[in-house]
Amino acid sequence: MKYSLEVSNLTKAYPGSDFRLDNVSFAVPQGSIMGFVGENGSGKTTTISCILNTLKPDSGVIKIFGEEMTEERTDIRDHIGVVFDAINFPEALTANKLASVFKDIYRHWDGGLFQHLLQRLQVPADTRIKDLSRGMTMKLATAVALSHGAKLLLLDEATSGLDPVVREEMLDLFLEFVEDEEHSILISSHITSDLEKIADYITFIHNGRIILTEDKDTLLYQYGIARCTADQFQSLDKSEYLSSRKRGFQVDVLISDKESFSRQHRDITVDNTTIDEIMLLLVKGDQ
Amino acid sequence: MGSDFYLEIIISNNSSKPIYEQISSQIKALVMSGKLQPGDPIPSMRSLAKMIHVSVITVQRAYEDLQRDGFIETTVGRGSFISAHHRNVIHEEHRRKMHEHLRLAVEAARMSGTTLDELTRLLVMCYGEDCQ
Repeated sequence: MKYSLEVSNLTKAYPGSDFRLDNVSFAVPQGSIMGFVGENGSGKTTTISCILNTLKPDSGVIKIFGEEMTEERTDIRDHIGVVFDAINFPEALTANKLASVFKDIYRHWDGGLFQHLLQRLQVPADTRIKDLSRGMTMKLATAVALSHGAKLLLLDEATSGLDPVVREEMLDLFLEFVEDEEHSILISSHITSDLEKIADYITFIHNGRIILTEDKDTLLYQYGIARCTADQFQSLDKSEYLSSRKRGFQVDVLISDKESFSRQHRDITVDNTTIDEIMLLLVKGDQ
Repeated sequence: MGSDFYLEIIISNNSSKPIYEQISSQIKALVMSGKLQPGDPIPSMRSLAKMIHVSVITVQRAYEDLQRDGFIETTVGRGSFISAHHRNVIHEEHRRKMHEHLRLAVEAARMSGTTLDELTRLLVMCYGEDCQ
């Protein structure tokens, strides 16, 4: 399999802080969308900053399109589109002015595509950025990210704080982007229902460590939550589940294969699960 | 890209059936009803994913299942087509369905203590009803 992004053994500590990225490794296959999930402060943004080389990792290797990313490789960076939660476009500029700036910065700037995206997303081209709503600003940022020949999109909470209609428009754009099988996306989001719609893989990060990477359909259709009584839980072997969490009288148990679990334990109720619930159990539960 | 294909697929978000199964079973149904004919092209995985708003890996799984069951063929560079050998496949699929439903009927019969004779009579009656 070819990978657009490979992160291997990435480590980064901050002086004066307990937080550190601890041996983070994962890979985004070419042509796919990887959802990147974790609580606030779990290390998502630090990881993405290291990938972009805006933060210098203590150790580890980052490969983009199979080549190692170093400070000199600005040519690789040309093919990475970025949308962050906080947008830092100069507030006094309009979308049109922005376009004339980017034309000189990006080697592969596509002005026609940018105008087309502005129209499609109904972003006013002649309004100053400071007068745009948050939704408009995020749409503008997405249009920029898609207009400079990017093959890899890094989206850090790009859809947070947006209404369902705007999010749907953005998700449409992302699915269109990966219609080209050389294109890939790494998207971090707390809105896991969005990821359940469009992501191919999900990677969970917690306390600076990757705790699970899995095929999304496997998570949604093969993983499950067993709702056990205390006695039923006692009867389980530790190897049968990934994590457990006591909730009142019941114990919720995360299992990786609900069909085989149900065959073994016909009397235990097993529910389908969601990315949110898996994260809760992995983060708050006992392993 | 892909808009020249019109594939009537309905995805339910509340179904207990996984989305990849919803896709593959509906394409099978379209083939069995003759709405899709041998040689008919079907959208690429990526354009179908975009059209029906699901992830690529979900469509990929559906196409893999369809290919395994002989409903579609994929040629590199030319995309996916309804398989030409699908008549046997359809027959197989119908048999599989019959088998599945009969198995359920037998299970119900066993549970209620119904004899094979009684069950057979029921089957003959049902078959007759449908014929009229």
